[in-house]
Amino acid sequence: MSQPGPPGSGAAPAGLQAQNGAAAASGAPYSNGPVHSAMMSSQVAVHQGYNSQLPGSYPHLIPAKTLNPVSGQSHYGGSQGLEQTLHRPPVAANVVAPSLRSGPVPQMPAPASQSPAATPRPSDDFLPGVSPLPPVNWQHSYPSMGSQMSHYPPPASQLPLSGNTNVSTNHQYVSSGDPSLQNSYVKSGSALPLRTPPLPTTFQPGAPPGPPPVGGPPLVRALVPQKASLRTAPQPSFSSAVNQEATPQLATKNPQMSRSVGYAYPSLPPGYQNTTPPSSSTGMPPSSLNYPSGPQAFSQTPLGANHLTASMSGLSLHPEGLRIVNLLQERKMLPSTPLQPPVPNLHEDIQKLNCNPELFRCTLTNIPQTQALLNKAKLPLGLLLHPFKDLVQLPVVTSSTIVRCRSCRTYINPFVSFLDQRRWKCNLCYRVNDVPEEFMYNPLTRVYGEPHRRPEVQNATIEFMAPSEYMLRPPQPPVYLFVFDVSHNAVETGYLNSVCQSLLDNLDLLPGNTRTKIGFITFDSTIHFYSLQEGLSQPQMLIISDIDDVFIPMPENLLVNLHESKELVQGLLKTLPQMFTTSLETQSALGPALQAAFKLMSPTGGRMTVFQTQLPTLGVGALKPREEPNHRSSAKEIHLTPSTDFYKKLALDCSGQQVAVDLFLLSGQYSDLASLGCISRYSAGSVYYYPSYHHQHNPVQVQKLHKELQRYLTRKIGFEAVMRIRCTKGLSIHTFHGNFFVRSTDLLSLPNVNPDAGYAVQMSVEESLTDTQLVSFQSALLYTSSKGERRIRVHTLCLPVVSTLNEVFLGADVQAISGLLANMAVDRSVTASLSDARDALVNAVVDSLSAYRSSVLSNQQPGLMVPFSLRLFPLFVLALLKQKSFQTGTNVRLDERIFAMCQVKNQPLVYLMLTTHPSLYRVDNLSDEGALNINDRTIPQPPILQLSVENLSRDGAFLMDAGSVLMLWVGKNCAQNFLSQVLGVQNYASIPQIRTDLPELDTPESARTIAFISWLREQRPFFPVLYVIRDESPMKANFLQNMVEDRTESALSYYEFLLHIQQQVNK
Amino acid sequence: MEAVVFIFSLLDCCALIFLSVYFIITLSDLECDYINARSCCSKLNKWVIPEMIGHSVVSVLMLVSLHWFIFLLNLPVATWNIYRFIMVPSGNMGVFDPTEIHNRGQLKSHMKEAMIKLGFHLLCFFMYLYSMILALIND
Repeated sequence: MSQPGPPGSGAAPAGLQAQNGAAAASGAPYSNGPVHSAMMSSQVAVHQGYNSQLPGSYPHLIPAKTLNPVSGQSHYGGSQGLEQTLHRPPVAANVVAPSLRSGPVPQMPAPASQSPAATPRPSDDFLPGVSPLPPVNWQHSYPSMGSQMSHYPPPASQLPLSGNTNVSTNHQYVSSGDPSLQNSYVKSGSALPLRTPPLPTTFQPGAPPGPPPVGGPPLVRALVPQKASLRTAPQPSFSSAVNQEATPQLATKNPQMSRSVGYAYPSLPPGYQNTTPPSSSTGMPPSSLNYPSGPQAFSQTPLGANHLTASMSGLSLHPEGLRIVNLLQERKMLPSTPLQPPVPNLHEDIQKLNCNPELFRCTLTNIPQTQALLNKAKLPLGLLLHPFKDLVQLPVVTSSTIVRCRSCRTYINPFVSFLDQRRWKCNLCYRVNDVPEEFMYNPLTRVYGEPHRRPEVQNATIEFMAPSEYMLRPPQPPVYLFVFDVSHNAVETGYLNSVCQSLLDNLDLLPGNTRTKIGFITFDSTIHFYSLQEGLSQPQMLIISDIDDVFIPMPENLLVNLHESKELVQGLLKTLPQMFTTSLETQSALGPALQAAFKLMSPTGGRMTVFQTQLPTLGVGALKPREEPNHRSSAKEIHLTPSTDFYKKLALDCSGQQVAVDLFLLSGQYSDLASLGCISRYSAGSVYYYPSYHHQHNPVQVQKLHKELQRYLTRKIGFEAVMRIRCTKGLSIHTFHGNFFVRSTDLLSLPNVNPDAGYAVQMSVEESLTDTQLVSFQSALLYTSSKGERRIRVHTLCLPVVSTLNEVFLGADVQAISGLLANMAVDRSVTASLSDARDALVNAVVDSLSAYRSSVLSNQQPGLMVPFSLRLFPLFVLALLKQKSFQTGTNVRLDERIFAMCQVKNQPLVYLMLTTHPSLYRVDNLSDEGALNINDRTIPQPPILQLSVENLSRDGAFLMDAGSVLMLWVGKNCAQNFLSQVLGVQNYASIPQIRTDLPELDTPESARTIAFISWLREQRPFFPVLYVIRDESPMKANFLQNMVEDRTESALSYYEFLLHIQQQVNK
Repeated sequence: MEAVVFIFSLLDCCALIFLSVYFIITLSDLECDYINARSCCSKLNKWVIPEMIGHSVVSVLMLVSLHWFIFLLNLPVATWNIYRFIMVPSGNMGVFDPTEIHNRGQLKSHMKEAMIKLGFHLLCFFMYLYSMILALIND
């Protein structure tokens, strides 16, 4: 909590509030409150084991923020959220009770009583009496929550939670990091006089039980050093207790732990306490700033940014995160579990409220104070966003006034500071604003006078129902227009059949309501419209052959209400594939068709889905083939830029009328995606590309189209959206990456927004940030849902500011950096050339590592020394160089390369990293050791292997997870057991050339393999197709191409690349 | 005759000064979010060719009337104008492209360019004024 208590107010200062916040959060409407709790107990244990976290603390986080993937329910609906809110038991009590564990409090029904407990209380709470409560009690308390609890099946919950760090837990919030955070401080009411008494002792009794006492909120927050289990002198007893408890939990497996340890910064020596700062001038409360003296019980400091330096002094002692790695000596740097983003070095109370890194991520989790420092580090500063990701749980607030800063229009967020009950200070522009009357009432707790516990202030990710001021016009209905290429070439590929079939299957699943409208256009050298007017017995086809001046015949009947004309639509979809089978028209008038579609949709806006199978040859927007196959391999002279501005102009027109164009290109020939892609790029659509699609000859593409279309048609969609990204004064955004149109300096116009789109921005430090400790970033996405509601989804991220180069390096997020560099490299290849872009990628590594070497390392050792945080940087850059977008030497078709570039720009970071550097697992010897347990399912967790052929063996089977595809490579001498028990074939030779499924056999091996594969699939919204590959399979080349650590004819191996970098760095 | 040349140059230069000011105002409107990128760019792109022509005419005129110094002074700017126009990538909507203008600090560099041109044209204005008066007196 950013807001420190008002000095005058009785409430405890920051410490307190934080807790309160937590409480509120937990209680939150966010439906699962109860459920979580159930799980929590288990979780807690886990964490404790690993992170030595306090049990009590846990609840905060989870309830509020965790999304439980398993639960599968989407509590998304606003109404639901609301309801829940109301139901919440009044938790108000906590105000005073700053207890550490307050987290749990919220959940308990009882809490109210506590509220009165003012500061003094804490000590009491600690009393053994409280803590001893058995976990059971805890759980009991939940029931009171009533309805909420029911939402989740407990078992499920466990999983996700444990995964905190795990990838699997996509949904989880950043809070995961929190667990660790929580422990640490007593931050509790300490703000007040309460400085906590000797905590350590207190904890001992209490801790083991884990669960917080029901009746009384425990005041204390444990301080365990987070991950720093290593040193924590102070609370030995504590941790041990915890561990014991934890043991049982181990099974749940949390791969994470080690990881997290790596990132944690060392804590300070005992003696520091975290005092709550009175409302600090900077607006940032707690963290590092104050360490007042005084008898403090706790030793472990929160990791304020400032501490780093201190801790750095003795590097040798440092845990993983501070280690310096010689890449030439330590080759096995790739962790065997999915790489986790670094946890910002913030006070845990802030960090636990921070935005989930999957939604909002910064390349540098320690923001350099000045541009000079940033320049010195030679690392790009930027944000990667996935703002519309499907969330299982999302707090939704309905309120007639949305509280925003009056000068910069920032939405109120967890990182603002409350000066007193009536005023808050914006964390972006530092203006002091009034708290509106309505905001004083907390609907969650039904208490008046606690603005700092409102959900808006307790959640970094929140959705508002926007009142009418946020609408320029009444929310539009969902409108879907499909534009099909029906020229001879298109009919040959046979795509119409599968697309129409998919559409028929998913017609009822299209997001929308009773207002949903749908329409169809087909085109070859002429444009065909279909009148679907109610009352007609069958669709009526209207042909427009004047493509130079397109007009719309009877516009009112071409886009029709889906519900009223459903039978006509179904009839049309059934007959459409047969209508053009005899067509001999080979020309394609895509440009005029797009213009017609645009005219048809411009009154409403909506989504236009275009299927195209060849180069447009007629009318406006006609293109000429530009690819020269003989020159494919050279990096120069390839046409990455559009050849005409027609598509860009049309896209901007579309953007202005809230129309987004999604392009499905199914083409065997060169189709100039560089030009065509503009139509989607600037209208915020997406591009799908199926090279050489053919319904008979290429079943792999057919299946891919089928699955992707299914996801495409049924996924959530937001209409007439705009997104604004704001950042703290002093920082400024200068470049945007993604599919949209930047309408004004920071306003992105997104006619449609979909959950599979990612965005990136680059920033610079315009004014020095010396007088601030924290900076915040806020993205606000205003959109119309398919139900016709106007909503605003707000994400806020808070990061510390640092003043030394070493800290900047320590906080580097290597995945985010690689992702941003990839985006920048795409721009560079378009504006300059591909070879320039490749050089720039290599230089990025060389420059940053030389900066590290010359400015941070005091003694010049031989070898390639890199900070631990950047240990995978060379590997990821090498993987980028070998990615389709940037590779040279191989025969990549121009369209495929451009498609790969589109993907770089439009994919969320997670998937971008998976496609760039896939995960490789050995699956022929899966065992239950270390497996996850979800809902009674056992999911094996094989370690991730390095992408090198040396890790493959002929007698094994390996699964490569490349995001949108899974490839199962079966070695020639693979154990008979695997062949028969998993693949269900007699011998190696009987594996078919192309196979995309695994039989469900009644054997444990098969069950494990299938469990693992389906678990991988569950973690992403789309359906990755599985290819079984054997030596002669056509896909084998793709598989081997992803072995990025190996040498290829035109690219260096990882080791050679390291040597090259070392040479450059040591120059 | 000489006077006529300079009077024409003076008028042309005035127009170019106004144009530079217009560029600056429009760009700063965009910076302050008073207009959107699309309308800003279409407004500015309309004037790119007139500016190029206006400036080239003066330069050529100076060459023809054998004012070497003034010609050489104008040459770099005229060349830059033409180069900039020719080098617009085929997919862009002109020198000012609404989809690019907010990226990579383009707005700032356009602004800087317009400022420099304004300074240059002011300088030229006084030179033409001086030369014109001189020419009139000599007549």
